[in-house]
Amino acid sequence: MTQESPNGATLVEMRNINVSFGGVHAVDDATIDLHAGEVVGLVGGNGAGKSTLMRTLSGAHPADSGEIFVNGEQVTILTPRDAKPLGIETIYQTLALSENIDAPANVFLGRELLTKWRTLDDSAMEDATRKVMKRLNPNFKNFNQPVQSLSGGQRQAVAIARAIHFDAKVLIMDEPTAALGPAETAQVRDLIRQLKSEGIGIFLISHDIHDVFDLADRISVMYHAKIVDTVDKASVTIDEVLAMIILGKKPEEVTQKDLAELRG
Amino acid sequence: MTEVADVKAEMGDETAAGAAAAGPRSVGGLLRKAEIDLRLVGMVLALIAILIGFTIATNGRILQPVNLVNLSVQMVSIAVIATGMTMVIASRNIDLSVGSIAGLVALVSVVMMVRVLPGVIGLGHPLMWVSALLIGLAVGALLGSMQGYLIAYIGIPSFVVTLGGLLAFRGLTWVISRGSTVAPVDATFRLLGGGPRGSVGATASWILGILASAAIIALLLNNRRQRRRFGFPLRPVWAEVTIGTLAVGAVLGIVWVFNKYFWPEALARRYAEENGIPIPEGGLHIAAGIPWPVIVLVGVTIAMTFIATRTRFGRYVFAYGGNPEAAELSGIKTKWTIMKTFMLIGILCAISGSIAAARLDGATLDLGIGYELYVIAACVIGGTSFSGGVGTIPGAVLGALVLSSLSYGLNFMGVESPIQDIVAGIVLVVAVGFDTYSRRRQAR
Repeated sequence: MTQESPNGATLVEMRNINVSFGGVHAVDDATIDLHAGEVVGLVGGNGAGKSTLMRTLSGAHPADSGEIFVNGEQVTILTPRDAKPLGIETIYQTLALSENIDAPANVFLGRELLTKWRTLDDSAMEDATRKVMKRLNPNFKNFNQPVQSLSGGQRQAVAIARAIHFDAKVLIMDEPTAALGPAETAQVRDLIRQLKSEGIGIFLISHDIHDVFDLADRISVMYHAKIVDTVDKASVTIDEVLAMIILGKKPEEVTQKDLAELRG
Repeated sequence: MTEVADVKAEMGDETAAGAAAAGPRSVGGLLRKAEIDLRLVGMVLALIAILIGFTIATNGRILQPVNLVNLSVQMVSIAVIATGMTMVIASRNIDLSVGSIAGLVALVSVVMMVRVLPGVIGLGHPLMWVSALLIGLAVGALLGSMQGYLIAYIGIPSFVVTLGGLLAFRGLTWVISRGSTVAPVDATFRLLGGGPRGSVGATASWILGILASAAIIALLLNNRRQRRRFGFPLRPVWAEVTIGTLAVGAVLGIVWVFNKYFWPEALARRYAEENGIPIPEGGLHIAAGIPWPVIVLVGVTIAMTFIATRTRFGRYVFAYGGNPEAAELSGIKTKWTIMKTFMLIGILCAISGSIAAARLDGATLDLGIGYELYVIAACVIGGTSFSGGVGTIPGAVLGALVLSSLSYGLNFMGVESPIQDIVAGIVLVVAVGFDTYSRRRQAR
């Protein structure tokens, strides 16, 4: 199901990652990995540390300690400028779009195409954006309007286009379907399957346990800043994962008493 | 009952759809189709209304070329800085120190020309004006960078840093000048200030006008070719032709007005005597042409528009203003970008201060006082939004022109300066209020 990276190493390994905000542990000694062509679902309650852990990989917030390996080589990621050359792209929950500029400008923000005079090549950027949008959202037509005037689904498409246009190897998707309607959600699910088949490794953060069960190969559960366990999807049930999310215990540690309490 | 309600609902829908379909046929729709900035059109209309108002109030005397020329020169110092302030405000900052920087730079340049450089390269040296100007620009860039560093890298709010600058640089100006005006400026440097001798003359003005017209047409054609190359929707031909005709007409019209302004008789006579030109019957009429400061302003406007819309730096400024966090996450060096906006406005303050010093033929102590308010007002009238990410350079220049027209017109009519301030204040608030209202309506 999963593919090995060219040199046989794991695509991403994050070891013993720690992040704290003023004495509060947001991520506590988390270790997680990802293979090429694999979807790893990252689930947990609000404030469990899922987004913070992923932000250390995308460079949005540096880890206090811990090691990150990409294709077996240790890397230092302090800013987004460190992550992008490694092929790590992120679709943030907030989408992180600049509201007052148009879709092509957002897709290429920080990586603009330039003419031979070193000026912005807006036509080429619009052309490339039209091409990538054809694949994501064929109905997308507002290429010259500020993105603040677009619908939630269209804005999501812009954020996804920005992540996949640059030959991503690792994709971090933070709640990619939270703001979408049913049809658009289905579209995003199809896209995730397609990207996976192209050999891209995907970290999928989601509240929607059904989404995760539908798409992920493995599931990592976070509880109070720690990773409870990482399990193969095939070997667990939804109820067991839910129990991990709520109780913070591995399936084998869960007692009958816990289950009884859960069922109320 | 329900049937009637249904029919009514349907009719309601139909009217709504009809109104929407009628949209593109309205004036606003036509302009939108031609991709013309509605707000710029509004400003031009406001400007025309102001001019018509003053024309009626002064029996047309304000339309004499001499007034239009003076007005154009007076607006330059504000407009030059406003182009940079647009970038600063668009990136969610403010610069209150612009007037003090302009004043300090003006003083430094003049001190160089009067006290320092004559001892180094000799009085009246042909490189005098360039040296003084470059030193002034360097000082402006340095002061701007210093403030930019404190704002971007140390994280002190720009309001505080530049308020400090407003006070400190003005104080420094007093200290250096020891409380008195320093004069005069180098003769070549004085050309920057305009006036009959500081203008390029009739022939050069027409050449510049024709070159500008050719550039406008080339720009329109190139834009169209680019869009066709990628198969994007094109502007209708009628719109292209209308825009081109209006723009070229405006350029040539402005040149014509500048060439209608002749040298004052006494000056022309002296010039004729100096150069041994016989004075023809009916007096010697020397057309002044475009004043140098106006040429500088046009150059600055083009350069700044280019920076704002065609370079990465400009794109980053507006992207940062739209969403600072997103700009950071997309890998932009946001701190460096912010620092550069302050460096840029420092340089523009230096240009503005040099022009003012050249016009006044010396550095006065009050040079630049109050600039910050007029500059910010010009930006805001020109459509720059304090919420960040929105604003255009031509808008800011037009805003400066609107403000200057008002104050020049009122001045011309002999209205006292406190009343002028009252009018300027009301216009500022009304312009922004109107803008806020129309934006909210658009959003709905």
